Amino acid sequence: MTKMTMVEALNLAMRQEMEKDDRVIILGEDVGVDGGVFRVTDSLISTFGEQRVVDTPLAESGIIGTSIGMAVYGLRPVCEIQFSGFSYYIFHQLEAHAARLRHRSQGRFHVPLVVRTPCGGGVRALEHHSESREAYYAHTPGVKMVIPSGPRNARALLVSAIRDPDPVVFFEPKALYRAFREEVPEEEESMPLGQPQLVREGDDVTIISYGAMMVPVLEAADSLKEKDGIVAEIIDLLTISPLDDTLIASSVQKTGRAVVVHEAPRSFGPGAELVARLVEKSFYYLEAPVKRVTGYDIVYPLFAREKAYMPDTGKIVQAVKETLEV
Amino acid sequence: MPRSEIELPYRIEYLSILDENGNLDKELEPDIPDDILVKLHREMLSGRRFDERMLNLQRQGRIGTFPPIKGQEASQLGAVATLKNSDWMVPAFREALAEFWRGKPRENFILFYGGYDEGGAVEEGRNDLPVAIPVGSQMLHAVGIGMGIQYRRKDDVVMTFFGDGATSEGDFHEALNFAGVFQAPVIFICQNNQWAISVPRSRQTHAKTLAQKALAHGLPGIQVDGNDVLAVYAAAREAVERARTGKGPTLIECFTYRMSLHTTADDPKKYRSEDEVKEWEKRDPIPRFQAYLTQKGLLTDEVVEQLEADIAQEIQGAIDRAEKLMAREVDPLDMFNHTFAELPPSLILQRQEAELDLSLRKEEDRHD
Repeated sequence: MTKMTMVEALNLAMRQEMEKDDRVIILGEDVGVDGGVFRVTDSLISTFGEQRVVDTPLAESGIIGTSIGMAVYGLRPVCEIQFSGFSYYIFHQLEAHAARLRHRSQGRFHVPLVVRTPCGGGVRALEHHSESREAYYAHTPGVKMVIPSGPRNARALLVSAIRDPDPVVFFEPKALYRAFREEVPEEEESMPLGQPQLVREGDDVTIISYGAMMVPVLEAADSLKEKDGIVAEIIDLLTISPLDDTLIASSVQKTGRAVVVHEAPRSFGPGAELVARLVEKSFYYLEAPVKRVTGYDIVYPLFAREKAYMPDTGKIVQAVKETLEV
Repeated sequence: MPRSEIELPYRIEYLSILDENGNLDKELEPDIPDDILVKLHREMLSGRRFDERMLNLQRQGRIGTFPPIKGQEASQLGAVATLKNSDWMVPAFREALAEFWRGKPRENFILFYGGYDEGGAVEEGRNDLPVAIPVGSQMLHAVGIGMGIQYRRKDDVVMTFFGDGATSEGDFHEALNFAGVFQAPVIFICQNNQWAISVPRSRQTHAKTLAQKALAHGLPGIQVDGNDVLAVYAAAREAVERARTGKGPTLIECFTYRMSLHTTADDPKKYRSEDEVKEWEKRDPIPRFQAYLTQKGLLTDEVVEQLEADIAQEIQGAIDRAEKLMAREVDPLDMFNHTFAELPPSLILQRQEAELDLSLRKEEDRHD
């Protein structure tokens, strides 16, 4: 085991999949010589050559559109879109074709491509470099939407995403790229897509979150336990869509209370789907209204105000306490 | 039924008037009023110094990531100087000097890259759109403004800026196509600075020039030495004149060089050679223009010295004003402003929630 950052772990996942499978090809802006603006594809071009690590022209729609063609032809393109804020150019190709070719061709074709793209705020960036718009992709039938929360699960999930027979949008929380290291095994490791993970057991309340927000969620759980004796059960979604709510339902049926946390805007966000599922399946077990701790429904502010926008540990603690007061 | 060459209405020209060694083509020398020449020089020099100061501020952590301009002073100022106040300008994100020329206060640049949305404000009466960071997305807006001008039968024009990378985006072609079809009064200024972060111009298109992209859309295109402010000005003035007199859009490719970083988050040593940069430093747009003006008797060494002092003071003034604004405690709740014309009820509630959250955070800070 080696201690790795998320950047290094993602690089490992691609390197190993490329070694094993010559169908895997990387495309994107600055992914080759530069190794990606966050260095996630660092030095892959020197190992695998520019046929397999392709610096493309500056055209996001072009990257995804050609990747669809490659995928249909039997390759496994792993595309990088430099920031998720620039991914809206890809949306048309993704929604109109990647997500539908399997259905439209009645199973003859499928589109096993991965779109990797950094998401989320907290890094004092420019406009369009801090948003969390996973809901757009989660709302697209035929597309899987994955967001890891640490180096180890990032690596394991990316391996599964590359091997998956269908299109996967893989959001990488850029605030976590180098935030901490984790033991990541050198030997192959994958994790199934579509399975939330029970991170901590607890009886008092269930906190459901994913991505970069797992950091303040875990801090909040520590603080609640230490200062207030409240033991929270914590679930990390990992896959936003398709959402398997089995674990969520069983947890909330045990605790009777839930708080959902994400940095994406609140309305029509992933939290809305989670709360709906709880109402549908666990209504009679709920002892308090479910709380959402989220970003606001506003344009993400430039970084002088981004702390005020971003949910923090205190806000999660507060929400949990309010849930328990009912 | 022979196989014959189709005659196209336009051919691609290259224009250079004042070369890197200061040689002037007298026949092509444009007639530019002295006060404009002097102002162009002042703004180019001021832009260079501003860039240097901003890089310092960024390295000291006083502002965040920003895109330096060094090397592209002539290719943006030469173009924008041909506009009237009532004309429109639609920039990408590396045209701060063009924006300053149009009247944007320098402190707004510092505020914007210092993380304050206030820096994006466009003063009343300045017909410029704010910066557009998503590459290639803004040229269509310029065409739309141009179509609006046609609809209102005004004689204003629109100038839009973008880089070599942007010509790979679909939106770029749609913008040229719309402008061609509707003969919109738009001047497309491509800042071909040879690099889209780490990707060279040769990787953006197999075509020999970017200017020729105009031909496929039925409009004239020209490539100019982007480091020759006289050539940029001459080509832009011609294009503005065409647009203003109902003769339609033009694409101008300014052949220039990004002498500095893509943004301050970039390390060009990874992908380009120092020798290449040194070669381009010889083609710096400022010294040749300074020599030209000195020759014309419009500049002396003493004047330049005084100018340097004035510019340094001006920049310091802008930094002071910006930092004064940044030092006072701004209201974080202002982030709710400008979402809609009026805050809807659901957002009024979210704003109240944010207010409560922030007051609780302050209390926590006191306890810690």
